[in-house]
Amino acid sequence: MSLLRVTDLRKSYGAIRAVDGVSFEVMPGEIFGVIGPNGSGKTTMFNSVLGQIEPDTGRIELNGRDITGLSPQQLNQRGVGRTFQTLQVFAKMTVRDNLLVAAQEHRGSMWSRMFAPGDSGLGAKADALIDQFRIRHVADKKAGELSYGQQKLVDIAMAFMSEPDLVLLDEPCAGVNPSLVGGISTLLKELNRTRASGAKASSFVIIEHNMDFVMDLCHRILVMVEGKVLAIGTPAEIRANKQVLDAYLGN
Amino acid sequence: MSKLSVATGVALAAVLLFVPPFLKNYGVYLFSYWLVFVIATMGLNLTIGYAGQKSLGHAAFFGIGAYTVAILLKAGISFWIGLPLAMLGCFIVGLALGFPALRVQTIYLAFATLGFNTALWLVMRNEEWLTGGTFGINNIARPSLFGLELTSNLRFYYFILGVAVIMCMLLWKLLHSPWGKAFTALRDNPIRAESLGIDIQAYTLLSFAIGAVYAGVAGALFAPLVEFIEPAPFTVGASIMMYLMVVVGGAGYFWGPLLGSAVGVILPEWLRFAQGWYLFVFGTAVVLLMLWLPDGLLSIPDKLRARRQSRAASAARAAAASRIEVQP
Repeated sequence: MSLLRVTDLRKSYGAIRAVDGVSFEVMPGEIFGVIGPNGSGKTTMFNSVLGQIEPDTGRIELNGRDITGLSPQQLNQRGVGRTFQTLQVFAKMTVRDNLLVAAQEHRGSMWSRMFAPGDSGLGAKADALIDQFRIRHVADKKAGELSYGQQKLVDIAMAFMSEPDLVLLDEPCAGVNPSLVGGISTLLKELNRTRASGAKASSFVIIEHNMDFVMDLCHRILVMVEGKVLAIGTPAEIRANKQVLDAYLGN
Repeated sequence: MSKLSVATGVALAAVLLFVPPFLKNYGVYLFSYWLVFVIATMGLNLTIGYAGQKSLGHAAFFGIGAYTVAILLKAGISFWIGLPLAMLGCFIVGLALGFPALRVQTIYLAFATLGFNTALWLVMRNEEWLTGGTFGINNIARPSLFGLELTSNLRFYYFILGVAVIMCMLLWKLLHSPWGKAFTALRDNPIRAESLGIDIQAYTLLSFAIGAVYAGVAGALFAPLVEFIEPAPFTVGASIMMYLMVVVGGAGYFWGPLLGSAVGVILPEWLRFAQGWYLFVFGTAVVLLMLWLPDGLLSIPDKLRARRQSRAASAARAAAASRIEVQP
């Protein structure tokens, strides 16, 4: 059974059909890429799936359950993590606190957390991610004081703190130097593998413009053009697709 | 904790505990007044400084606390029943005032809370049957604690100090629990907070409600302290003054309200030498402070540290550059 199933998603802004009948499925353990030119509706589609904006029509299912119209908070509680196109760390908190706050709401009830220890019993989990992302040397610094690349790593690590089943990453490599792009790719492969070997697999949906990154990392790729799905297939299939070459990859 | 902050803490505790017995009645009264405002602005600091919600209605909760205790005392009901009722009333009204914050933010929220403050002030002024109107309520008795009468100024001061310490410890514990991080996350980036499963609506409402409870406790102490209340201390102007105290001390700094309230309550007394000009001097001081220290007095150590670090960094760069130049 598919982990995420999106059926006939539509969202218009006035006369502009930003997302125009998009359907796709993401399988457990899969890394699913979404590519397309700027303005092709990738982020609008993302934000509709994630409850940030309300789609006009369409149905979104997670593990067979209808999650259409749920708030971002409810989606996160059901195991959907995300990152944003721009950096979204909590600048005035330490890196460690950024990670702790990213999962604390999954521990107990709100009232049980009142006056509870600050790390919510998540210290070991935070430390493991800090080591995995190689940000130990800045763990006690305020996130806002770090370099862009370091903040990007914190930003991505936060999405994994609550061990979500599905993570949607919006341009994880935007503005990142080439050596760190390789690092992020390795990290995502690790995170996909470690979870995939467990009882529940973790899957990603990734929007990205860096073609080498996408082709290397993703199991399947969806190409969006003008709000519509142009093609879905493996990296090899997408590379060989005449339509995709003409519309997007050609130049 | 640094040696400096431990030394400051010890000195402060010594002043609060041992100085008042040597002061005249007015000095003791002023210390009590200061601590009442410390309690009120600690709550406002939670709402504004930690949770990032702009509130210009805090004096209304201060008023609810004061009038609840005063009206109940006049009806022959004990302070010890009035105090929890004042807290409960403020919590409920605070929750209600939080609802506009779910729809609007920043200056629009500030105006919504300002409107609430004005409406409540009008109730205090016009509903004479309940509040005594502009004549207010006088001869408000001070309570007793375990049979000990707190009528003397000094005893009542120590009672207020005890309450302030308890309220302070509770806030410290709350802010160092997961709730503190959730409030800060809500302030810094509500959209990201929501995507991490944080119920931003609940935390927004609670930041108002808990802040209001602090104002309620402060008001419940204020009424028996001054022994006479009327609507004037609970105007929008008073709310702005409380906001100013939080900002001057340092919004989002735990000890900010302690310093900010001192500036708001004690500094005007020191400026008495300026007589008719004291408001002018006070106003100018605030303008200058906002220009140079927009993050408040407690941001000074952070600023100094940042300057030292950037100096060290530029020295390191200069040293590295000179090494490169030396090479042939």
